[in-house]
Amino acid sequence: MKLTKEQVAHVANLARLGLTDEELERYAHELSGIVGYVEQLESVDTQGVAATAQVTGLSTILREDAELKKPLAEPAELLNCSQRFDEQSGQIIVPNVF
Amino acid sequence: MDLARLTIHEAAEGLRSKTFSSVELTKSVLDQIAKRDGAVRAYVHVDEEGALASAARADERFEKGSPLSQLDGIPCGLKDVFCTKGLPTTACSNILRDFVPPYDATVVGKLKDAGMVLVGKTNTDEFTCGSSTESSCFGPSHNPWDLERTPGGSSGGSAAAVAADECIYALGTDTGGSIRQPAAYCGITGLKVTYGRVSRFGVISMASSLDSIGPLTKDARDAAIVLKAIAGHDPHDTTTPQLDIPDYLNSLGQPCLNGLKIGLPKEYFSEALNPEVAQLVRDAAAVLEKEGAILKEVSLPLTPSALAVYYIICPSEVSANMARYDGIRYGPGPEAVAKGAELELEEYYRQARGEGFGPEMKRRIMMGTYALSSGYYDAYYKKAQQVRTLIIQDFQRAFEEVDILLAPTTPTPAFKLGEHTSDPVQMYLEDVFTVAINCAGLPSLALPCGFSSEKNLPVGFQLIGPQFGESRLLQAGAYYQTLTQWHQMRSQIAMPS
Repeated sequence: MKLTKEQVAHVANLARLGLTDEELERYAHELSGIVGYVEQLESVDTQGVAATAQVTGLSTILREDAELKKPLAEPAELLNCSQRFDEQSGQIIVPNVF
Repeated sequence: MDLARLTIHEAAEGLRSKTFSSVELTKSVLDQIAKRDGAVRAYVHVDEEGALASAARADERFEKGSPLSQLDGIPCGLKDVFCTKGLPTTACSNILRDFVPPYDATVVGKLKDAGMVLVGKTNTDEFTCGSSTESSCFGPSHNPWDLERTPGGSSGGSAAAVAADECIYALGTDTGGSIRQPAAYCGITGLKVTYGRVSRFGVISMASSLDSIGPLTKDARDAAIVLKAIAGHDPHDTTTPQLDIPDYLNSLGQPCLNGLKIGLPKEYFSEALNPEVAQLVRDAAAVLEKEGAILKEVSLPLTPSALAVYYIICPSEVSANMARYDGIRYGPGPEAVAKGAELELEEYYRQARGEGFGPEMKRRIMMGTYALSSGYYDAYYKKAQQVRTLIIQDFQRAFEEVDILLAPTTPTPAFKLGEHTSDPVQMYLEDVFTVAINCAGLPSLALPCGFSSEKNLPVGFQLIGPQFGESRLLQAGAYYQTLTQWHQMRSQIAMPS
């Protein structure tokens, strides 16, 4: 399947990925190649086959119902990884949503 | 004596007999980095001061006769996706270029408790997405056997560092072949563990249902030593089962092949395989057969579909994992904002991500977002997950017939840097013999088995086992290495000048 530049622009918007016009052209071409390659799966009969999401055989793993141990890092240390951390308020300041 | 050339077990012995100190060993490795890394470029960050301080502390323990483990005082390189407290951890991406983690990954903590001398962080494709290290924001590493060629990827920096004696061992990650393929290209040993055998906590995720962590070493015995130190359940990673850790060093190097049934999957010896590589891999199988192993051709019919399954599931999970890199929690944010502009939030995300991610990441985020988007989910992601089930069943049937499988690791020896950068599908084909193992979550040990005649480039094969079957692979691999010398070969570039 050939992807159009418009489809690629739509996907880029879903991914919140800013692409230049030149990149949109390039990814339309390259994604078409990859999609063309993976479409070979259509020929595999999967009628009634369950989907595999993970291979551990584990399910619903809960932690022990006990007091949490000391954290590996303090909240301020974790937040401080952000360039937008405001030490005074102890918060990360984001641009206005509205 | 050139100490940097030693294996872990040789170095551990030398430290115990006080033939040399950890500081001497570490200096030898740092010296090798000073001589070679300008050409090899295995490291993106070297912590000389920290390494020498750790080595001095190890020497104090040896002085008191109380080393912490076999890894005590031994210099190690870590792929730059392992969070290391206080040391930059960038995933070789501009979006994490300034990131310094506030805590250690679980495996890093375990290795520190075992006495590791951390030399530095090694190069990788951006967020481990690639087969050549060419997508690293720091530029590619070079293969110590031929500097014009790739060391493979994504753990190419780790593999090149081990092959060039710029560390005694290294850790990497393997999502679709990222430990085994560079191990094969660099002529070293690499272990991809069973999914869940080693905690992923604190290691930057690529594709969460496929990622695994393992050692790159100079021989199979060393891989066993490292695995013993890093395996096991971690309450911070719910995908690590509470299973016993076998003594992986048990009976290593002893004859173990008598009656061992080894399957050769015929689909792995297809036309895609370079004839010389095919011959060298068959020669390796013949070495094992001579020692009593029973070779049997088996079939894994879904093999041709595995790469397509991988290149749907992997980018889908990549696109989800990369969503957190938005220029707010991590990363520098848009240039325009740094210059004083005010951007509305969505535009802020678009610019931060558009500027922060390199071309391969954008390609995978786009492919994954497309495959998961409304109207396409069933056709791509769900279909791939169903075929994944069939791939797992293929392996289950094979392991009813044989104990382990033997196959080539890569279709060809190392390719030239730049050879595949313009054609993503061609680059993805490098992973054709490794991805199915990740889809099924199986362990696989990659070992060197010869050199291409024309270019003198390393060639490798892999031993694949059922889930949690690492012991048998390590036993077979270590015994193979008592019968062959391929793992002892060193490139001229890595030789002391």
